[in-house]
Amino acid sequence: MAAAARFFSRRANFKLSLSAVGTGAHSSFGAALLKPSPNCNSRTKTQRRHAAHFTFQPDPVPTQYGEWFIFGEDVAFGGVFRCTVGLRDKYGKDRVFNTPLCEQGIVGFGIGAAVAGATAIAEIQFADYIYPAFDQIVNEAAKYRYRSGNLFDCGSLTIRAPWGCVGHGSLYHSQSPEAFFAHCPGIKVVIPRSPVQAKGLLLSCIADKNPCIFFEPKILYRAAVEQVPEEPYTIPLSQAEILQEGSDVTLVTWGTQIHVMKEVAAMAQEKLGVSCEVIDLQTILPWDTETICKSVVKTGRLLISHEAPITGGFAAEISSTVQEECFLNLEAPISRVCGYDTPFPHIFEPFYIPDKWKCFEAIKKMINY
Amino acid sequence: MKTMLSIISNALCRMTGRNAGARVVVSRSFADFTPQATFDIKKCDLHQLEEGPPLKAELTRDQGLQYYRTMQTVRRMELKADQLYKQKIIRGFCHLYDGQEACAAGIEASINPTDHLITAYRAHGYTYTRGVSIKEILAELTGRKGGVAKGKGGSMHMYAPHFYGGNGIVGAQVPLGAGIALACQYQGNNQLCVTLYGDGAANQGQLFESFNMAALWKLPCIFICENNKYGMGTSVERASASIDYYKRGDFIPGIRVDGMDVLCVREATKFAADHCRSGKGPIVMELQTYRYHGHSMSDPGVSYRTREEIQEVRTKSDPISMLKERMLSNNMASVEEFKEIDVDIRKQVEEAAQFATIGSRAAAGGSLQPHLLQQPAAGGPRDEPLVQTQVCQLDLNPNLQIHSDPDR
Repeated sequence: MAAAARFFSRRANFKLSLSAVGTGAHSSFGAALLKPSPNCNSRTKTQRRHAAHFTFQPDPVPTQYGEWFIFGEDVAFGGVFRCTVGLRDKYGKDRVFNTPLCEQGIVGFGIGAAVAGATAIAEIQFADYIYPAFDQIVNEAAKYRYRSGNLFDCGSLTIRAPWGCVGHGSLYHSQSPEAFFAHCPGIKVVIPRSPVQAKGLLLSCIADKNPCIFFEPKILYRAAVEQVPEEPYTIPLSQAEILQEGSDVTLVTWGTQIHVMKEVAAMAQEKLGVSCEVIDLQTILPWDTETICKSVVKTGRLLISHEAPITGGFAAEISSTVQEECFLNLEAPISRVCGYDTPFPHIFEPFYIPDKWKCFEAIKKMINY
Repeated sequence: MKTMLSIISNALCRMTGRNAGARVVVSRSFADFTPQATFDIKKCDLHQLEEGPPLKAELTRDQGLQYYRTMQTVRRMELKADQLYKQKIIRGFCHLYDGQEACAAGIEASINPTDHLITAYRAHGYTYTRGVSIKEILAELTGRKGGVAKGKGGSMHMYAPHFYGGNGIVGAQVPLGAGIALACQYQGNNQLCVTLYGDGAANQGQLFESFNMAALWKLPCIFICENNKYGMGTSVERASASIDYYKRGDFIPGIRVDGMDVLCVREATKFAADHCRSGKGPIVMELQTYRYHGHSMSDPGVSYRTREEIQEVRTKSDPISMLKERMLSNNMASVEEFKEIDVDIRKQVEEAAQFATIGSRAAAGGSLQPHLLQQPAAGGPRDEPLVQTQVCQLDLNPNLQIHSDPDR
């Protein structure tokens, strides 16, 4: 019962914290913020919902991204999360098309297209299904430039996949496989935390000259609401973002967990008087070691959190590098609050996820070390 | 007098199809019914085969009523699951099987309980035909302790002896099925494995790897493609270069079967089982069937097909209606009997739904590794990975003969 309450409280606070982000941190985008995108007008009933989706709308006029096309399972009608709604009508069926059910084929095909110069955006329906394509990504995409001596590359390939827990996904609709890909030099792995970040980071991935995997937190497709600027903009890759400055503990995470961490930071301030620095890693590979290490040098304590299982999770990599670089600055052992080493459970999800209470406990332990 | 009344009621039944007969005669003696009849079934298209399944099927009254009961139970159970899902009592993913009941019933009628079966995620029908009770299935869907996987598996992960689920990743169950067939061959127990997949999965590379291994080593595996015309939202024409799924095995013989006719499915599967058991190796079957619901509960099922199409299949090819009409027109059973069966099934499903709704949830303490929950909240656990034990372990025969083929 308590666990269920924790679970619901974790969810309920989403909308509040997210809408605050839109207005506060991004006022530099000015008037454009308040104008909804033209596509919204045609569907006034669902206008609010439409604004929330990570809807990818590349600017049709400038072709700085080259001739791109999107393909994947069911993308033509809009995709299972409605990410590609309206694109087929707007850009034509030779640029937005469905593939058969074959992830290995989809990614292999995308690599080939990218090598030949096209901008290929492949969608894998759920990150849990990416494993048949693992060989193609790791052995082909990641190594193409290296093995051909820069004669060929598949830099114009971007793979998008819904990622992370969603409340009812269980084993095969909730996984966070970023750690598997972090182990592969030659690709970039990017995870946004909100609609504004999603647009900027996705456009950066598409423009980037390396094959990129863009994991989209699926729970945020519906939960996150922000005013996203209409014109294209990019957010640089491999740069972590400090969301909140602090002096006592550094909290590092990415994706959905950012919103949990912000709550944890608020709790720590209120209940323990502890000032937390919250950092969104954004790019998992290659990750911004400088920002994290600088922060740990300042605070002396580090907590890393992710939904993926703890053993071999990306927190282990961050932890290892930080202790190498900042050993003498650490006041307490680096803490990792992650998922357990089990398959992602069905009804035990509330117990499994690294919720704010577990993170709070970890901070308490570090402070009292 | 009684015979004359039966003749009149029969005639009235056939004319109006429904209730007139019921009003004329209150009770019928079972001696009035035809105990057995032979039906013509559709010819199956063949690939790499000289002869196929027979064109006629014999059906006894008891068999007919049993198939009817099985199919109607699956139908009602799926509709109940639909209802519970809409009430948010079932959560997560739920893929319903209504429309395809003839496949599950027909296959089960032609294999032995000791044979093995593995399928993908649209598995509730097979879970039932392989021996799990309605209560346990619905309780598993609602995540209760009384569920067949103790509430921890949910819709896609239900298992039973000789039934290996229930698999979430499309196509991944096919190499598993080939492996089970290999174990059967090793043990020399004359069992076979029925490996099911859908038209969407038919384009997965791992299927072709499995076909190759199965044919090379002559594994007793029946590969069955349940072609329900749509892989989630994509029709077969838009997904596959060749929609002759029974030919996709290439060097493996194939049969295309009318999957809406339980007798056709039964005869074809019997034929396939004999083929495998006689050591001829694997065989591919394509069951042409249809699902009334969308891919899953989050798919309305009408954005990629018309309501008229669904209605047409319901009226012209519904498997349960087809069997019922066959039996009625051959005087093998009465309308009241079918009604009684329906009422009984509804009651059972209702009771099961009650059980599934009020039962206690899966206990975290008992099911996960005990030391998992004793971990302190901070820092995460350093526990052993949870190992899921198989419901049915194939015991390898200690006296097994090592196969003499050096390539193995």
